[in-house]
Amino acid sequence: MAHRTFFWFILPSLAAMLLFIALPLVSVAVQSLHIEHEQVLKVTKNCGPFGCKEETTVDAEATRVLRDQKPLGRFNGLKTYFDRGHLATAEVAQAWQERSSLGGFLADLYNLPLYKAIGFTLVYTFVVTPLVIVLGLAIALGVNRVTPILKGPTIFVSLLPMIVTPLIGSLILFWMIDAQGIIGKSLQYFFDDPELSLKASPALTWMTLIVYGIWHSAPFAFVVFYAGLQTVNSDSLEAAQIDGANRWQQLRYVVIPHLMPLVIFISLIQLMDNFRVFEPIVGFSAQANATSLSFIIFNDLRGDVMRFNSAAATSVLTILGVTILLLPVLIRTWRDFKGKAI
Amino acid sequence: MFLKKLAVAGAVTVLSGTTALAGCGLSAGNVNILGNDFAAIQAVVAGASECAGDGVTVSANLTTEHRDLQVAALTANPAQYSSAIVANSSIVPLLNDGLIRSLDDLVAKHGEGLQPSQLITIDGKVMAVAFMANAQHLFYRSDVLAAAGVQPPKSYEDVLAAAAKIKSAGLMDHPVIMNTKTGWNLGEEFVNMYMGTGAPFFKAGTAEVAINNDHGVAALNMLKSLTEYSNPDYLTYDSNATAAVWEAGQAALGIMWGSRGGPILDDEGSTEAVTGSTVLTGAPTLMGDNVASTLWWDGFTISANVSDADAEATFVALVNGISDDVVRANNDAAVWLSAVYEPSAASAGVSATAMSGANPYPMLPYMGLLHGALGAEITEFLQGSETAEQALADVEAAYTAAAKEKGFLK
Repeated sequence: MAHRTFFWFILPSLAAMLLFIALPLVSVAVQSLHIEHEQVLKVTKNCGPFGCKEETTVDAEATRVLRDQKPLGRFNGLKTYFDRGHLATAEVAQAWQERSSLGGFLADLYNLPLYKAIGFTLVYTFVVTPLVIVLGLAIALGVNRVTPILKGPTIFVSLLPMIVTPLIGSLILFWMIDAQGIIGKSLQYFFDDPELSLKASPALTWMTLIVYGIWHSAPFAFVVFYAGLQTVNSDSLEAAQIDGANRWQQLRYVVIPHLMPLVIFISLIQLMDNFRVFEPIVGFSAQANATSLSFIIFNDLRGDVMRFNSAAATSVLTILGVTILLLPVLIRTWRDFKGKAI
Repeated sequence: MFLKKLAVAGAVTVLSGTTALAGCGLSAGNVNILGNDFAAIQAVVAGASECAGDGVTVSANLTTEHRDLQVAALTANPAQYSSAIVANSSIVPLLNDGLIRSLDDLVAKHGEGLQPSQLITIDGKVMAVAFMANAQHLFYRSDVLAAAGVQPPKSYEDVLAAAAKIKSAGLMDHPVIMNTKTGWNLGEEFVNMYMGTGAPFFKAGTAEVAINNDHGVAALNMLKSLTEYSNPDYLTYDSNATAAVWEAGQAALGIMWGSRGGPILDDEGSTEAVTGSTVLTGAPTLMGDNVASTLWWDGFTISANVSDADAEATFVALVNGISDDVVRANNDAAVWLSAVYEPSAASAGVSATAMSGANPYPMLPYMGLLHGALGAEITEFLQGSETAEQALADVEAAYTAAAKEKGFLK
């Protein structure tokens, strides 16, 4: 395709990407560098059903004047990034100086909201991603050998977890694992422990979320691998059989190398998705035991007071996190690409 | 045939005529209400909807997520909603940004039926009209308490003692229930408990937080002691969950919202054994005579960014929504701030809490930030992984970072 044709071909999607992805990103980055104006406060007499009281209120008029002059607020540089709600550099430095042991330092670190969220996010990402790939491949291999009549229904059932909306899926499971729910009660029976609750301890909550994550994402890997399996060269497989390769060896030396590009593709997508884990935390009401970067952003934007600047800073940090996470895979892909070009 | 048509036309005219009269005498205007979703507010909106017709439209969005929508929706010009139904915490962000209008002229023109105590005045201007009161207070099961041989508790020490007896008597493993879901609910429990210590949240006249003291530790320790008698899932319990557990008969000592009283006592969702023995009473005290609860009102505001005609129509419709007829028809749905309201078993708890000298929830512009910090940071103490002092220090640090960003602290 000529460059000119190509340009006109992708112009609409390029424009949409600029408008709906790039510009909002710039806006978020700019907001993260600002904080709100100093509030003009005054003491007023307020009355209501429970009597009168002298209380501090915001002088809305004076604040509006300030805001009209500079709608973005005060420029704060990178200070929001380094405050306690984000990278907490001062707190981390202090914890390092006063550490009694590495464990003590990590405990102090885990007490800070961003690091607590990063802790869960990373564990979730690095446990769920490989297990999704392994499980997805296993399902694909299994379905590939099912008799043709049963293939359709099997594929449909295997895809169900992905079809169910994450929030609904996690809510249903949340009710099932409740101490009164069918799974919760059964577990109490099997472990003979009437106090057992999957929602109560951090360890069990993490396990629940991770199992949910694998359950939800495995169908995606399955579909991709299943499509890939249809393209495996039967000549190579036959050759391997003639050479005396058993089923495991065929899988290890023929099928998996053939599917390698798909493994990289799924890893990329899953790393990105899992790093932004969010819905299961809301669905499972797990915020007491597990938070993620996305959940912190959500939390900043809820309730009586919305903290846009703080949320913007966390968003930028999330983007940086995703970039760092994907770097090894991207570099590898780039090398492969260059290798092929030569 | 012609006569029949005429008669029908006449009837329609008469009907629409009466609607226009009973329907508030409005000729035009768009009324659009944003509010929380529970029985009393549904009744108010239904009452306001009677004014629809003859060029007046009334619509509403009632959702438990209303607090997340209201600032953005009312900042737009024209505003998305002509009225936001608020409580004493959720009015603050609207006041901070100047998004609601003074109601002085509308009260003078259309508010003859309102009582002075219903008018929320800020700096001498009426900014909201309150229609109901609410508070978290004690619910107890008289049958379970009798079986355990304990008197109804007056203080939180009594609650703990009663819970211990119920548990040791083998009546219930988890007799205590509270709205302790991490986040806003848990923050509210601490605020209530801290109120019971009588100490202020902030250094006088400043936005500097002052809860890391003996009072804060006492409040936290009491919360933790109570959660030890709660179901292990307590950190996921919001108001809906606690009401369901109560109706299932699995708790005997509850700290829940008064507005849940009506739905719990009615004949739906529970058994006679539970509803017949559920008693609503005042909130317990913590230190001395200090009631560990906060008083709340719910009321309506009118957006600043709507036309005067829409504002007037909204005010008239909502005054109609809290009319004597609505209050009489929904007497048990809330503790109405109305002359015709008749106290009932469902309102006994809120009334007793208000009478015993509880304070209203602080309407300070930075209170929401502290509430948010509390909800996020005290979980680890309740789970036993950090000390009370550390939890309070974390709350103060989280609040301070947020207050700096919002411009309340330097």
